[in-house]
Amino acid sequence: MNSRKIEVLVGLFVALAAAALIMLALKVADRGLSGNGETYILKAKFDNIGGLKVRSPVKVGGVVIGRVGNISLDDDDFTPVVTLIIGKEFDKFPQTSSVSILTSGLLGEQYVGLQPGFMLDENDVLKPGQYIEDTKSALVLEDLIGQFLFSRNND
Amino acid sequence: MEWFARLGRSTLQGLAGLGRAAYLLVGALVARPQLKNIPLTIRQMYVVGVQSLLIIIVSGAFIGMVLALQAYTVLVDYGAEESLGPMVALSLLRELGPVVTALLFAGRAGSALTAEIGLMKATEQLSSLEMMAVDPLRRIIAPRLWAGVISMPMLAIIFSAVGILGGQVVGVDWLGVDSGSYWSVMQAAVEFDEDIMNGVIKSLVFAFVVTWIAVFRGYDSVPTSEGISQATTQTVVYSSLAVLGLDFVLTALMFGTH
Repeated sequence: MNSRKIEVLVGLFVALAAAALIMLALKVADRGLSGNGETYILKAKFDNIGGLKVRSPVKVGGVVIGRVGNISLDDDDFTPVVTLIIGKEFDKFPQTSSVSILTSGLLGEQYVGLQPGFMLDENDVLKPGQYIEDTKSALVLEDLIGQFLFSRNND
Repeated sequence: MEWFARLGRSTLQGLAGLGRAAYLLVGALVARPQLKNIPLTIRQMYVVGVQSLLIIIVSGAFIGMVLALQAYTVLVDYGAEESLGPMVALSLLRELGPVVTALLFAGRAGSALTAEIGLMKATEQLSSLEMMAVDPLRRIIAPRLWAGVISMPMLAIIFSAVGILGGQVVGVDWLGVDSGSYWSVMQAAVEFDEDIMNGVIKSLVFAFVVTWIAVFRGYDSVPTSEGISQATTQTVVYSSLAVLGLDFVLTALMFGTH
């Protein structure tokens, strides 16, 4: 086999591998369309974050606007602090917005739901790094069952 | 006493083999890059890469298809057949792609490398090269080593891509999972850096180990027909064991912490 033909075949092999990598990147991991834009940070304190994880989505009415960046414990009052990484294009949320930890479906993954509040003043938007005051914690099934049993006993 | 002597002898032999293997690696890799060896490397990429394509594509397609078929029968009981996409994609990208490619590569290309180099040694071609002041490590070993290290990650990527398409053929076209959810749930679950790149890194490590074992076993073989057959067997056995053992270590390092 002459070396010209070998070079062509090896070139085709490399091109095939490159095409496979591009297919994996674009079609399997969907890299081109998400997570590369500019972002800013919001923080929120919860009493209980349940099963929330780093990289869980942040949604407004089902639309993903960002992801959970970091979860830590406040040094002073020992409550969980969740850092939310929000896309730059969603930077007009009012300060009266509230966040809650929700579950998709009955047994699905947990995510952060952001409920935009009323805009009282043009300048009342959430600024990068600001804490969202109004938070609702995750529902913990055991607590719910405990409350239910407790209220039954009172009847 | 005899038992201790045997233990000592085998330890020394093992260490000496390790030393020779390291010497071969240093001799082949630590050198001024020689442009005239690039055509040799391309020829070897044809031998170990292009000629392995058929077995990689066929086994990738069938493994993806059988994964989809098996996962579907379990997932459909829980109404979770949308999770078929991430199930197939993550198993292929993280584990099966790199590992099965490495095992097939050891059987298809590694054994051929060992036999070729072993026969070169038996027919004293390597000694003749040295007589002509050509370093066989640079001329024979280095192109084969580089060709293996470059080719196997590409083969693993092709394997995973073909496997995911094969999973789509069975899952979507045959079993009736919705095509949109197959891809979109997969896209939500697969991370480029976390899953695809870690798979490629795994595959690079396997490529290095398998090719190193193959060329070393050939170069170090006893130059008889029996010695070459033993060396070929050892290549396949040792590289398979090394790949499976290393896979556990790499998986624990990459995905084990969360």
